[in-house]
Amino acid sequence: MKQITGADLFVKALKEEKVDVLFAYPGGQAIDLFNALYGEKEIDVILPRHEQGLIHAADGYARSTGKVGVCLVTSGPGATNLVTGIATANYDSVPLVCFTGQVPTNLIGNDAFQEVDIVGITRSICKYAVTVRKREELAETIKKAFVIARTGKPGVVVVDLPKDIQRAYGSDAYPKEVVIRGYKPQLSVHMGQINKALELLNHAEKPVFLIGGGVNIARANKEMTQLAELTGVPVVTTIMGKGAIPTAHSLYVGNLGIHGSFAANSAVSNCDVLFSIGTRFNDRITGKIEEFAAGAKIIHIDIDAASISRNIVVDVPIVADAKKAVCTLLGKAQPLSISEWTDEINRWKREYPIACPADRGKSGLTPQMMIEAVNETFTDAVIATDVGQNQLWATQFLALDENRQMLTSGGLGTMGYGFPAAIGAKLGNPHKNVIVISGDGGMQMNIQEMAAAVVYELPIMICILNNGYLGNVRQWQEMFYDRRYSSTCMRYRRSCETGCNKPNQECPEYTPDFVRLAESYGAKGIRVTKTEDIKAAFESAQKNKKTPTVIEFIIDREANVMPIVPPGNSLNDMILESEGYGE
Amino acid sequence: MKKRWICLFVENEIGVLARIAGLFSAKSYNLDSLTVGITEDSTISRMTISLTSDDKTFEQVKKQLNRSVEVIRLVDYTDTPIHMKEILFVKVNGCSDADINELFRISKVFNAAIIDYDGATVLLECTQTENRNNDLISLLNRKFINRIEIVRGGSVAVEAVCILER
Repeated sequence: MKQITGADLFVKALKEEKVDVLFAYPGGQAIDLFNALYGEKEIDVILPRHEQGLIHAADGYARSTGKVGVCLVTSGPGATNLVTGIATANYDSVPLVCFTGQVPTNLIGNDAFQEVDIVGITRSICKYAVTVRKREELAETIKKAFVIARTGKPGVVVVDLPKDIQRAYGSDAYPKEVVIRGYKPQLSVHMGQINKALELLNHAEKPVFLIGGGVNIARANKEMTQLAELTGVPVVTTIMGKGAIPTAHSLYVGNLGIHGSFAANSAVSNCDVLFSIGTRFNDRITGKIEEFAAGAKIIHIDIDAASISRNIVVDVPIVADAKKAVCTLLGKAQPLSISEWTDEINRWKREYPIACPADRGKSGLTPQMMIEAVNETFTDAVIATDVGQNQLWATQFLALDENRQMLTSGGLGTMGYGFPAAIGAKLGNPHKNVIVISGDGGMQMNIQEMAAAVVYELPIMICILNNGYLGNVRQWQEMFYDRRYSSTCMRYRRSCETGCNKPNQECPEYTPDFVRLAESYGAKGIRVTKTEDIKAAFESAQKNKKTPTVIEFIIDREANVMPIVPPGNSLNDMILESEGYGE
Repeated sequence: MKKRWICLFVENEIGVLARIAGLFSAKSYNLDSLTVGITEDSTISRMTISLTSDDKTFEQVKKQLNRSVEVIRLVDYTDTPIHMKEILFVKVNGCSDADINELFRISKVFNAAIIDYDGATVLLECTQTENRNNDLISLLNRKFINRIEIVRGGSVAVEAVCILER
């Protein structure tokens, strides 16, 4: 048997796992691994500018391709910089394997230079974390990591690699399969439960499908659309489930939750059977929990048994993979006669559409216009959002279908996610349009990745909705905290009066100047202040094939995301318009 | 709220105890006692966990434990016939002759043993159920107030061989 170093085995393992892109940032305790990767042809080794940007990029790559995203960083600060990204990905069930360098095993526990217990730090935010302590266990541990990351409810696995393990010689064998006795993801669908669920559905007068991210993760969009069409049952989605069926589909109602549409929230509040697939009934979608779907029998399909009957007690629990469950349902479901109910939902949709009022904006340029321009311009795109108002507007107005996918940090809500995620998405989908919808706050959290986007020649289109505020918090301060704009103004300077809540006076200049910042990185920068310039900006960005284009949209400083369910309210108790708020 | 018992078979690896204990703290589950020891198979450790919770929380505890990669098997002992024992040491200080006589009487009634003794300090060992040990401690606390030192080992449990009811 051939003897190779741990580092060489690491590279071999990546190839066996068909890893084509590796997001990697070197350092002292990972130097042997990078040495083994030097000149590697089969793996595209990408050097982002910060480990947080790195892991979000791996996350965007994984979400947009369905493959496992792979990270390699050094010990200590390299590893701790991954923490936010690990929690972000794990929360949204994104398969990642994160390799961290570690001090040699004989120094672990000695407070060595750049030593942290990354396995201990990440234990509660990942699916599995392990330090490899013996060279002979390296191959099996890496195999296990990939299997655990991609199967069942996908998630993040951290593999900590001490330097002596990287350097030690051992077998070059890499297993094809591995047995993990404590890990048995649900592979079958319980037919008895499926029959019970269908029995309920078939007798329903006001049924609704509630679809979460599980359907998108399982890539069951086509089958889900067929199931909706076969039964005629309207579909409501969570933010993570958006796109499960095309948003233009006549059976699509909208997102539910605290910024959901009136029709979606009303449909769930008034339904008699709530057929939910791949959602964990997070507090963002339920509103006041006692009144959530109060009159409904609830069916819940989820791959994670722990998600079932945790927040909402359900009548028919089914632990299963979304795709397998939907395919099983497809074979047995039947059309329902529920035209009165669908008519009612369609009336809600018509009478209470989501809309950003243009009159509130001094420039007339609303986030809705910008997002609708994205919808019209790009039929084939991956759209990554940041977190905050930009994300909520995107989830309200983006048109999604089989060719348009949205990436968003739904569970953890990580600002700074969008731009690096788009870098990963572009690397995984070089022929697709990749668009970022960000805010001025979140954009600055990982702005350093502009260098990576430039050097890897990634023509990403970065739309920054600039209102000069941390807008989502500002909106809450406006609506529920008496307009006390505490620490949310991004145009604040020392020379400003304290306690300012008047954004429309002569405020100091915004910093940075995003257009000049983009140019300083070698990217293209465009500023849009008028509605009529939106289209031209996108056309110009599309012509820029070699570098990213930053398009800064100057929007009304106090534009709000509407409607909203105030904290503590039930879903059918929404504020629909922002009149009465603001000046 | 009800007292629950879980028997957990886990991988005998570094960090598994931290993972299981960390799960309880991360999810705010109330852990009464946790013991762990290696089994006849040296790659497997066996834990006995007791907690007090309502039905809904307990269901979550079991599901969360089950989804941990390191957990090989979980058995709910709450309503099954089991043998359960907890080791308890009690050191009683400043004993008079009368105290010592009383301690000998108590040890006889509670089936405890006096295993060490130097004239003024007595060491009792008691291997009983958690509840029985609680009773002994409460009695000693009353009689020898501020003079006792307690070490409890946490419970270990195993399924009964021929008992049919708990």
